[in-house]
Amino acid sequence: MKKILAVDDSASMRQMVGFTLKKAGFEVVEAKDGSEALGIAKQQSFDAVISDVNMPVMDGITLIKELRTLPSYKFTPLLMLTTESGLDKKTEGKAAGATGWIVKPFNPDQLLAVLKKVIR
Amino acid sequence: MSEHNQQLILEGQHDENQYLTFMMAGEEYGMNILAVQEIRGWEDVTAIPNSPSFVKGAINLRGTIVPIIDLRLRFGIADNEYGPLTVVIVVAVEINGQQKVMGIVVDAVSDVYSISEEQAKDVPDFQDSDNAEFVHGLVNVGEKMVVLLNLESVLNLE
Amino acid sequence: MSIDLSQFFEVFFEESLEGLDAMEAELLNLDPGNEDMETINTIFRAAHSIKGGSGTFGFTSVSDFTHVLETLLDQIRDGQRALTAEHVNLLLKSVDCLRGMLAALQSEQEPDLTEADEIRKRFEVILGFSEDTNSCNSDIEETKSENTYQIDFKPHPHLFKTGNEPLYMISELAELGELETQAFYDALPDIDSLHSEECFLAWRFFLTTTKPESAISEIFEWVEDDADIDIVLCGGLFESDLSDDENNTHQTPVLATNEIQAERPVSETQASAPITINTSAVKKAEPKKSSDSSVTSIRVGIDKVDSLINMVGELVITQAMLSQIGEQEITESTITALQEGLAQLAHNTRDLQENVMRIRMLPISFVFSRFPRLVRDTSQKLNKQVELKLLGEQTELDKTVMEKISDPMVHLVRNSLDHGLETPEQRVASGKDPVGTVTLNAFHQGGNIVIEIMDDGQGLNTEKIRDKAIANGLIQDTDELSSDEINELIFMPGFSTADEVSDISGRGVGMDVVRRNIQALNGSVEVASAPGVGSTFTIRLPLTLAILDGQLVKVAQHTYIIPLISIVESLQIDISKVSRVGKDLDVLRLRDEYIPILRLYDIFNHGGAIEELDKTLLVVVESDNHKVGLLVDDLLAQQQVVIKSLEANYQKVDGISGATILGDGRVSLIIDISGLIKLSGLKRPGSQDLIVEQNAVGGAA
Repeated sequence: MKKILAVDDSASMRQMVGFTLKKAGFEVVEAKDGSEALGIAKQQSFDAVISDVNMPVMDGITLIKELRTLPSYKFTPLLMLTTESGLDKKTEGKAAGATGWIVKPFNPDQLLAVLKKVIR
Repeated sequence: MSEHNQQLILEGQHDENQYLTFMMAGEEYGMNILAVQEIRGWEDVTAIPNSPSFVKGAINLRGTIVPIIDLRLRFGIADNEYGPLTVVIVVAVEINGQQKVMGIVVDAVSDVYSISEEQAKDVPDFQDSDNAEFVHGLVNVGEKMVVLLNLESVLNLE
Repeated sequence: MSIDLSQFFEVFFEESLEGLDAMEAELLNLDPGNEDMETINTIFRAAHSIKGGSGTFGFTSVSDFTHVLETLLDQIRDGQRALTAEHVNLLLKSVDCLRGMLAALQSEQEPDLTEADEIRKRFEVILGFSEDTNSCNSDIEETKSENTYQIDFKPHPHLFKTGNEPLYMISELAELGELETQAFYDALPDIDSLHSEECFLAWRFFLTTTKPESAISEIFEWVEDDADIDIVLCGGLFESDLSDDENNTHQTPVLATNEIQAERPVSETQASAPITINTSAVKKAEPKKSSDSSVTSIRVGIDKVDSLINMVGELVITQAMLSQIGEQEITESTITALQEGLAQLAHNTRDLQENVMRIRMLPISFVFSRFPRLVRDTSQKLNKQVELKLLGEQTELDKTVMEKISDPMVHLVRNSLDHGLETPEQRVASGKDPVGTVTLNAFHQGGNIVIEIMDDGQGLNTEKIRDKAIANGLIQDTDELSSDEINELIFMPGFSTADEVSDISGRGVGMDVVRRNIQALNGSVEVASAPGVGSTFTIRLPLTLAILDGQLVKVAQHTYIIPLISIVESLQIDISKVSRVGKDLDVLRLRDEYIPILRLYDIFNHGGAIEELDKTLLVVVESDNHKVGLLVDDLLAQQQVVIKSLEANYQKVDGISGATILGDGRVSLIIDISGLIKLSGLKRPGSQDLIVEQNAVGGAA
């Protein structure tokens, strides 16, 4: 089973994403900010990471940047959750090494459709 | 309970309701069995001060405080000595949008009958016209006449 | 697959309301011109979360509204715009508005958008434009005709490091229609110099599909900058001649690249087009009671849970011990062991009870946190300068009690601000600091929580109160009352000394409702005041609503319970000290007070009670600063009782506050002292007037 790390400071979003992914057959681990996520990522291996951008302690872009420095995450799909008004965040994200993005708000089906682009 | 009626309970059809009947002052009364929670023997109640005479008091029903109503007094009939046959029927009804559990003291429990909706006919000039609102209708079961109680009205104490 | 999103709603509402509280607290901390970046970021993130979540779960009214907030906050945190006090006020108003909208949605009602629209317009004025929401509503539509596209895809060497997988992209392409693929390996270096991490492959695809070009470019959306991509619409022609050196594209019409550029926003918004999640279609089993807006869950610290687990463990051990003893023969030693075991059981039960109660306890800071905002807004409105001090914020109390004490506290604070504190000019004139202070202090005392609301204002105007009370017929001109007793009058119904009816603290319906609400919680409120110095309102509340320390008493053959907290003393009556006042009221002279005697058997209409005063006992109780004596046949035990509702299945009974179940399983009713006094018809419970009447009757015995 493929394992995904879901990072968002909003509990309801984490629950929704986690539930959707588990239902689709993925194993899911949740984190509430970039720093917690980074710690978890170093201890376990994931097949993909989905992360919100705006979070306390460590934001999503910094998380992606950090993950890309880890050898085991060089090629891992790292997806950003971003809102429409954050178009420039996408550029920043890509520069940091993000694979792609999912625009908020999204529904569970959209999440899975996007995920299919990089993990099956 | 007779075998015949046990049979009826098992075969209960959709448009028929089952009624628990009991005796009070020589008349047989019935209430929808779905409202009945349990049947208990009479036990001491705690008096509630300044309450109407038909409110005998309150009992402890597994941790909940349940008021007990004497149906005779509620109907304005002289009350009875409570004897070994005296029972309290604990019912759950909705009064003014709230679910309430209350107990009714009756002389004795009678039977369970299956009665269809059409069978229960409204009789406009019931003998005790004061109590008309307590009664849902009259029904013939065999040769007997059973008075169907309107529980929500009987137990609405406001 | 369809997932029912409503299962996440409650969490969303909870976290959003918390987020709004955080936003508000931080907004109050902001000092425009001198703002702390971290504070701005926290506020931004809160708005951002609410916007994201509300959009995801289909609450479009909330997400649309929050959008403007987020935009403004984004500009401020990027430094594009300076923060002003107007912004802060508008943001605070938005917080209120959002609270209302979320509360409505939480009870499954449509929120009223009038205020939201008004606030949003003000934001739009500030932002200088009306935001054009990305209204591109393109779904990937089928075009009527089938077209063939030639797609050249040459990833840059580092493409793998972005985490993208060309293979998946190709299979996505294949899903759009008929796909023919040609792969180019010419860029592959020798095995020796092959970097396994880099991509040297390129492809040319011919895709025949009814889907529009945007569907194709969407597949490559993420790697636009990491690959060379050309999409050309063929007239069905195959360009099958490819030379080796056509590595880096062929003549791509500039148009094609531009088309790709233009398509970008389309494919983004396609993903963000409003989703209609049928929140209305999701019917909950029981309709939510919208009257109680309190959240129905509670957060419990894990230490409390662990504590409970320990207690239960001990309980299990004690139970095992007792059952072991129970299996033995009954001898004297087993009885002793049994008694010890039962003592242990009592100890365990008490501990467990205390700990379970603690679960419902939350720090009073949850209620206190309302006040900085309230004080700020109200003092601004009144043109007064006020400093708010909060003490004892960590003092814990029952969650339900806390929810219900909030409104009375608000009223008392508003009252202090409105009537207690003077304007800066008045304060300076009397030698005080122009800034007034309101202090909220909470602490535990005995089995209660005490909340003090203090102000250093002008204190209660005893003269004015007295005059008003006389004018309203509450007391008579000739009545002699101490200043404390006069101050107590403010709690009587229909009382107000406001010169104009100010809408801050109400039309005199305030204080008596405040007292009644506090009494409904089995608590009490008192006022102490010194002219020119200030006033202090003291609220006392039991730590929990469910348990009461009671004194069992016998009245005729009935057992009643008097709340221990209201008992002053119990005594045998000295007949020589009893006098009759008026028609049928007996009073007992107790030291220097006169205590009216209430015959419980009479008020409760019980026959068979002892009527002779010298054969009965008197329990002197106090309620609202009034002392009365309750006549009982006998005093029984004192015990802690669990309060059960009589109203749930029956109805409210005057003079009775609830019921309980005694050790023998019988029901016993709990007396409501202030209700009883009303029921007894005792018109003027003040003991002072009795002296007047007493003297009129002909002197004390």
